Formats: sequence, structure tokens, C-alpha cells
Amino acid sequence: MVRSKTWSSRLSESVLILVMIGIALTSVLPILNTVSISLSDTAAAAGGFVNFWPVGFNLESYAQIVQEPHFLNAFGVSVKRVLVGGALNFILTILMAYPLSRTGAEFRYRNAYMWFMLFTMLFSGGVIPHYILVKSLGLFNSIWALVLPGAVPVFNVILMMNFFRSIPKELSEAGYMDGAGPWYMLFKVFVPLSTPALATVTLFSIVGHWNAFFDGLIYMRSSEFYPLQTYIQQLAVPMDLQTADSTQIGLLEKMSNKTLNAAKIVVSMVPILVIYPFLQKYFIHGIMLGSVKE
Amino acid sequence: MKYKAYEKIYHLMLLPGVIFLFIFSVIPMFGVVIAFQDFKIGRGIADSEWIGLENFLYLFELPDGRTIFYNTVYISAMKLIAGLIVPLAFAILLNELRLVMLKRWVQTVVYLPHFLSWVILANVFTEMLSLGGIVNRVVKWFGGEPVMFLASNKWFPFILVASDIWKDFGFSAIVYLAALAGINPALYEAAEMDGASRVKQLWYISLPSLAPTVALLATLGIGHILNAGFDQVFNLYNPLVYESGDIIDTYVYRVGLVQAQYGFATAVGLLKSVIGFVLIIVSYRLAYKYANYRIF
Repeated sequence: MVRSKTWSSRLSESVLILVMIGIALTSVLPILNTVSISLSDTAAAAGGFVNFWPVGFNLESYAQIVQEPHFLNAFGVSVKRVLVGGALNFILTILMAYPLSRTGAEFRYRNAYMWFMLFTMLFSGGVIPHYILVKSLGLFNSIWALVLPGAVPVFNVILMMNFFRSIPKELSEAGYMDGAGPWYMLFKVFVPLSTPALATVTLFSIVGHWNAFFDGLIYMRSSEFYPLQTYIQQLAVPMDLQTADSTQIGLLEKMSNKTLNAAKIVVSMVPILVIYPFLQKYFIHGIMLGSVKE
Repeated sequence: MKYKAYEKIYHLMLLPGVIFLFIFSVIPMFGVVIAFQDFKIGRGIADSEWIGLENFLYLFELPDGRTIFYNTVYISAMKLIAGLIVPLAFAILLNELRLVMLKRWVQTVVYLPHFLSWVILANVFTEMLSLGGIVNRVVKWFGGEPVMFLASNKWFPFILVASDIWKDFGFSAIVYLAALAGINPALYEAAEMDGASRVKQLWYISLPSLAPTVALLATLGIGHILNAGFDQVFNLYNPLVYESGDIIDTYVYRVGLVQAQYGFATAVGLLKSVIGFVLIIVSYRLAYKYANYRIF
């Protein structure tokens, strides 16, 4: 299709390009601002001279982080959480999605399980009953309090189940003819065929674990067990109170560690920024495929 | 049929997940009985005193009750409306972009904030919106008075909506982009032959094709209207903006876990769940009936 290159169409094309670049920049500028503050001179950051480029470039705040055992410890807790929680989510997702993706003829009880899952998705006891349960199970101050309550990512199971159902029936029929059992079919046929969808749900679950702060806040009684996001959230608490009082002293105190806090925030973003480019090519594809139903 | 032999294995595969769901989703549902108790954590559910509907009645007497309900619905409704329009407009503009490389680059960049936590973003915004922050420097540059955005009841709800849209518009646009990609190109070619301009093509082909998706998302969104975004509000608010920013979920946290009024907070949460459940059922029924939507 040949488009007529009139003057006005070229103009509107250019305007569109500029608008899109503008929108894209809006998405990164706030983050860039924080990165710049973290790399700036403490005085420049406190005085409010930093925009989107570091003023008085130095890595001092990052050097300081390395000496903060609390921060490093929280980072470690988060890494452990992502590994344990991500693995648990992954295994339970495929184990549940496969039988649920079978037809009613193959698996008579499928619908009963589906209703059970739907039931747990729609009803919830709420924060307080969950808190009491985790407390009475004795999971406080343990990584299991962060990992077990969300062990089954119901949304991911449904996404995977829909994906498995889109795999041609003939394939599993042929597999069963050749004597493959469900375990073999799942791990040797379905899982390898589902890389994009699996990458998507894994990304969701990893990001979810990395970003969670609330369970860490309520289930960990001592800050040494805090995951990173809870640790960072706690940094913000005194800041909030200071905004509230807006006393001179409070503000000064807050300004003095501006660069350090910014550096902590940047470091906590790094894992997401690192895995994002690898997985983002999968997720769009994966979401589409997972949501196709017929 | 031979398949039946495998059913045992299917049960076995589902067993671990079902156990986890039972412990961590079903058991807490029974926990809601403490909404009808003067619950003392030391005594436990069995030995706490039953007080009937007292917790609920207390909520209706409190002025807080009306405020948090109003704030929740107000913030949520604004997010819902803006969250339909902005991604739609963005998807349409992006779809018009002919430079494939730029298109990919823009997409990659705008999806990113979706993956960052509200803890991180709240820190980023608190800094940007502070008195000496970059936003107020721009305000001053234009000759305005610096504003304490996060401590002002006038600005706070607006900031909640704007930052929520900022975080998720790219990601939400994926659905619209998929719908746009699904439009038969022959329609555009035919329109082009008939001399329709790009604006006309947009108006008569793209928008009508997207209408069902918008309607579906709006319907499903109504089911979640009582979820105004706990993580976001919790990380951005402070006592000065409770009046305009306190929502049901943050109230339950403060009253329940911080002040340890477990029974009362559970009653508030239960009321929210019941209304929310009815709304979800209604919205999903509507979506099923008119848009043929199914979860599975």
C-alpha cells in the first residue's frame, strides 16, 4: 500500500513521532531522577540541584551501601525468597495446570477442582484472619511466611491451563498411543512446548516475590528478617512523618541521606532491570497466547 | 477409555496445590467469624466473647466509615475511567506509528514501570514531589508557589490517579494493541480505496473494533471498584491526607494490625468482601452475557 507523501501527512507523522518519544521519556524520567540523585554529590542532592543528570558525579553512596549489613541482609532475604518462592510457584503451576487442562472425558473431576479454585479466588478471609493463621502456624520470622501463603498462584495456573489447552489435542493423543504417561507428557512434551507462557508466568511470579513488602512488614517481627522491599519501605516511614511535621530539623535530617536512600532504591531496582529485557520479549506473546480461549 | 487409568495421577498432581489452597485460602475464610467477636488474640477464636453485630454497628456510627467508603469508591472510579481512556489513546497513537524500530523501543520503555514496586515508586515520587523536588522546581520556574503535593488533601487523590496511570498505561495498552492487531487489514485497504483519511479510518474502523474490549474492561473493572490500590496508597499517604486518601484496605491495616482491634477490622474487611463479591459476580455475569467472556 503506497501512502501519498503530502506535506501535511509528513508533518502529522513527525508530530506523532515526537509525541511518542515524549510519552516514552515520561516513563523513564522519574527513575532517571532517582538514579541521578544517587550518583550526585550529597550537598547538590540536598540543595535540590539534581534533575536528570548527576551533579558532582561520585559513587560514594554506593560505597556506603556495601558497608551497611542491614541492607545487604535484606537483599539476601529477597534473593532467597525469589528462588524458593519462584521455584515453588513454578512447580505448583505446571502440576495444577496440566490435569486441569485435560477435557472432562479424560479427567472427570476436572470441574470440581475448577470450582474449588474459583472459590478460593473469589472469596478471601481478609488480612486479619490470614495474619492470625500465619501466627498460629508459627511461621513468623521465617521465610516460609513469605513463600507458603502464595504458593499457588491461581491466576498463573489459569493462564497456563489456557495455554496447555491450546496445544493440539492430537499431540497428546499420539503421545498416549505411544505409551507416554501423564508425567512424561507434562515434562517432556507440554513444558518444552510452553516456553513463552512459562517465561511469562515465571516473570510474574518472580516480580511479585521481589516486589512484595506487606507480608514482610506484618509477619517479620524483627528487621533482620525483612526482605528488601520491606526494608526500603521502612526507610520511607520516618520521611513520611517528617513531611507531616515539616519541621526544619526533620527536613535537614532527611536531606542528609538523600543520596544514600536513592542508591538503595536503585540497587533494589537492578534485579528487575536485569531480567526484564530477557523476559519482556516473551511476556507479550505469552499473555496473548494464554488469554486465547476456544 | 484408557485415559481413565491416568485419573489417579491427575489427582496426585493436584494434591499439593489443593493442600496449600486449603490451608492458606479456605481456613482463613472461617477466620471471618471473629468479625462477630470481641476477639482477643491471647484467647483465640474458641474462647473470645461473641458480640453479634456490634462491630458492624460501631462502623456505621463512626464518621470514618463514610469517609473511607467514599474515598475508596471515588479514587477507584477515577482510576477506572482514566485507566480505560489513557491506554486506549496510547494504543491508538502507537498503532499509527509506522517506524517499527521506534514502536518497539517505545513499547519496551513504557511497560517498565509496571514491574517496579509501589515501595520503590513511592520513594521516587516522594522525592520528586517534595518541596525541593524537581516538580516544585518546575512550578517555581513558571512563577508558581511550591506545593506540598503529598500533604495536601486537594492534590493527593489526583496524584494517586496520575501515578497509577503512569505506572500501568503501557501495560494496559497491550490488550488494545492485541485487539488492533486483530482487525482485518482489508478493512483499512477498502477504506483507503474509498478515499477515507487516516482520521476517518480511526473513527470508523479502529474505534468501533475496540469498543467491545473497552466495554468488557469497564464491566470487569466495576467488580473491583472497592480495591483502590492498597500498595500504592499505603506507601504514598501520611496522616495529613487520611481525609482524602484513606481507603478501606489501609484503614483495616491501621485499625486491625497497628491498633490490634482484630474483630472490628475483620468486620470492616468482611463488609468489603461481601459487597465486592456481589459486584464481581454481577460484573462477570454481565461480561459473560454481553461479551461472551470466560475466565476459563
